[in-house]
Amino acid sequence: MKYPKDGRFGEFGGKYIPETLVPAIEELEENYLKFKNDRKFKTELDYYLKVYAGRPTPLYYAKNLSDKIGCGKIYLKREDLLHGGAHKINNTLGQAILAKRMNKKRIIAETGAGQHGVATAMACAALGMKAEVYMGYKDTIRQKLNVFRMNMLGCKVHPVKSGSKTLKDAINDAIRDWITNVESTYYLLGSAVGPHPYPVMVRDFQSVIGKEIKSQMKKINNKSPDSVIACVGGGSNAIGTFYPLVDTSAEIIGVEAAGQGLKSKYHSATLSAGSKGVLHGMMTYLLQDKEGQVTETHSISAGLDYPGVGPEHSYYKDTKRVKYHSATDVEVIDAFLMLTRTEGIIPALESAHAIAEAIKVAKKSKPSESIVVTLSGRGDKDVEEVQNYLSKNTQ
Amino acid sequence: MSRIKEKFAELEAKNEKALIAYIMAGFPNDKSTLAAVRGLIKGGVDIIELGFPFSDPLADGPVIQNASTVSLEKGTKIDSFFNLVEKIRKETSIPIILMTYTNILYGRGYDKFISDAKKVGIDGFILPDMSIEESKEYVEASKDKTDTVFLISPNTTKTRIRKIAKVSSGFLYLVAVFGTTGVKTEIKNYTLKAIKEVKGQTGGKIPVGVGFGVSTPDDVKKYVKAGADSVIVGSAYLKLIEKTSYDQIERKITSFTKRLKKPTRL
Repeated sequence: MKYPKDGRFGEFGGKYIPETLVPAIEELEENYLKFKNDRKFKTELDYYLKVYAGRPTPLYYAKNLSDKIGCGKIYLKREDLLHGGAHKINNTLGQAILAKRMNKKRIIAETGAGQHGVATAMACAALGMKAEVYMGYKDTIRQKLNVFRMNMLGCKVHPVKSGSKTLKDAINDAIRDWITNVESTYYLLGSAVGPHPYPVMVRDFQSVIGKEIKSQMKKINNKSPDSVIACVGGGSNAIGTFYPLVDTSAEIIGVEAAGQGLKSKYHSATLSAGSKGVLHGMMTYLLQDKEGQVTETHSISAGLDYPGVGPEHSYYKDTKRVKYHSATDVEVIDAFLMLTRTEGIIPALESAHAIAEAIKVAKKSKPSESIVVTLSGRGDKDVEEVQNYLSKNTQ
Repeated sequence: MSRIKEKFAELEAKNEKALIAYIMAGFPNDKSTLAAVRGLIKGGVDIIELGFPFSDPLADGPVIQNASTVSLEKGTKIDSFFNLVEKIRKETSIPIILMTYTNILYGRGYDKFISDAKKVGIDGFILPDMSIEESKEYVEASKDKTDTVFLISPNTTKTRIRKIAKVSSGFLYLVAVFGTTGVKTEIKNYTLKAIKEVKGQTGGKIPVGVGFGVSTPDDVKKYVKAGADSVIVGSAYLKLIEKTSYDQIERKITSFTKRLKKPTRL
């Protein structure tokens, strides 16, 4: 799907929005289309991606991990080395520069674990803009440090106390703010979700990941990777990884959070266990009950704790171009520890879902095969969570 | 002719404007909703909007959000809601509009949901997250069954107002303010201008109702004076229900409704 004019990926996507937002969404799409191929815009974005965020990121051959499994070669796309510690900055820089060109003085964003909030605060600070971030009240407690980080970066954090007090409610409140301040405000959405054109715009800004993988693997192997793996919450690092590779022969796998198991209530595996519905302006797979009420989710990684998923992923699921698997909290902790010990790389718990899948895929692979995993973020933020988990589960 | 259209025709003959009341079904329970409906009717309301709760009501302010949460916690389901409407229908033939979010209809299927709703006596729908671009299936499923009330905002362009009017029936819902439901502000000039604009673009072919932040008889008076065919009061009713004990709900709602209705009689 290059640029879906009606905002649809097959039957998914669209713009299910309150009327007040229609002019804002139209203005956004118009400006995005105008600037995405604009030479000056691209030069400025490339400049910030290179010297501010630290692109290109390396593609690291995880030899110790691969040897331990003893089959194919596992490569890590090191998005964890970016400024801020995650892939989020690819998108926030793109959208913040766009907002500046649109003369928007006020930026709002939502955040789950706080990674997108921090990346928004950083991009806005660098570009001299003011940001306000909505964050579920529960998440402000779970991720206190990220709240401080955002505050230090000059950003106001609004704790959201409605609904389940997590990411989905933060998005609701950000949309409510946008409806109220529609003229002055730019909504900087952090994942490949929401009404058109957000899913396609966020994908385009994150596609730098997949494009680099493609050219880096070409240099190493002179071909595309055999398998590509990324974790999926809303799905921005995954769609950025997958999109440039969907027209190759690579096997593509997205990994969702199975939490305490798909049969329990405690998971966030939208594509593996959800049904079609409409939330946050888009038609997509959702975790919901039979009545259409969106259900609460669980994951050990706050960043995957979302009951919806980007509509393009729903499309790739139904067309079977991408396989969507899941990893449980237990598998994720094992993968987290294995990567930490074999390679000295502490992955974000979100990214550890992709590592868990890579270990499974590698076991069934031939030594000649290459498996690329997007390591979407670093795990410093999760060390306490892992420590708590281990102390609870080893007693 | 639909009950909603008949109502507007009847009011026009009497030189009156319509008072529309919104209440959340099952807030704080079905019994109170029934009492509130009785109060509305005694007070002279013209059309009732019944809210069906959704987990993620992104066009609503704190009052309706809270009412949704309470209603869901009390166990409101689609079928229990339809039972409640059937009970109301035994007492009154007043037009009833269901206000909820797209996903609730989508889950059961537009066709099935709308047919089921029609059967129990629902006359129309308001879906604040249904844009006209995505509305084809919903509008087709509603045809000859229920009215489709779409929303218009003060920033909606002239061309778009005409497009929205084309797929709307019953009335057009003009959102008075930039914001969510229930936010109290003074009456804005841009709203008064928008009423004239919408009336002008639609040539009086479809009534225009003004809602969001309308809460007092004085608000009603000003919007009626500005040319609105109808005013919609929601959060103010929910606040009243919230602070009133069950045995007083009917009486309190009756007297509040009477005060709101008065300025609609020209």
